[in-house]
Amino acid sequence: MAIEVRVPTILRSYTGGSKIVEGAGDTLIELIDDLDAKHNGLKGRLITPEGGLHRFVNIYVNDEDVRFLGALDAKVKDGDSVTILPAVAGGALGFAAAAALLGK
Amino acid sequence: MCTATSRVRKCHGNVNPVLTIDRAIVDAIVAHARRDHPDEACGVVAGPIGSDVPTRHIPMDNAARSMTFYEFDSMEHLRVWREMDDLDEEPVVIYHSHTATEAYPSRTDISFAGEPNAHYLLVSTREPDSEEIRSFRIVDGVVTEEEVNIVDATVKA
Repeated sequence: MAIEVRVPTILRSYTGGSKIVEGAGDTLIELIDDLDAKHNGLKGRLITPEGGLHRFVNIYVNDEDVRFLGALDAKVKDGDSVTILPAVAGGALGFAAAAALLGK
Repeated sequence: MCTATSRVRKCHGNVNPVLTIDRAIVDAIVAHARRDHPDEACGVVAGPIGSDVPTRHIPMDNAARSMTFYEFDSMEHLRVWREMDDLDEEPVVIYHSHTATEAYPSRTDISFAGEPNAHYLLVSTREPDSEEIRSFRIVDGVVTEEEVNIVDATVKA
């Protein structure tokens, strides 16, 4: 058993076009490190240089947004299904103000 | 259509330089934008994968409830994306309204645009009795405007 990770179109250039990849780890950050070892560069699209979850993606463990599960410390285990979706957001507001509003 | 990127040159299938969309769906999107005005409205039109035909209008909540920002609610986002997956659909159109400015992608819109296969449709409701409706591809930060071809009766709304 492994952890199934569903990858959105925009990140499939890192997974050789695969929509579903597998990884391992006890926490989300361990899983992401494991994925990055196999799919180089993926981590940089999920995590900011400061080490936080990127505001441009939503990551879910099973049916829960990881922001409600401890973010990168969220627990994961074999058999879990992790889904990555590009956040859908925008609007007329300037980017810096939007980022501040989002608090991400 | 191929787009140059800083990393690699990627091609996305089924990309037409025009959005063809049923009038009934456009009317529903405009009605949604008018209903939520002066807050921004947002949503999706799903269609069969690879078809480039938007067939199913899904108004989404603007979790930000703002006049200048929109954001899908993350749980509604997951539910709707799973539903599309189950139906072999994809987001053909992602739309939102600008309520005091033109229907052109802002820097924020461009930064967030994460669906390279989608048509990004913008509706401006700044004029009370007419709407500006424009569509764009946004891939790797590059905005390309496209024609909006509104047709009658391709779908049952």
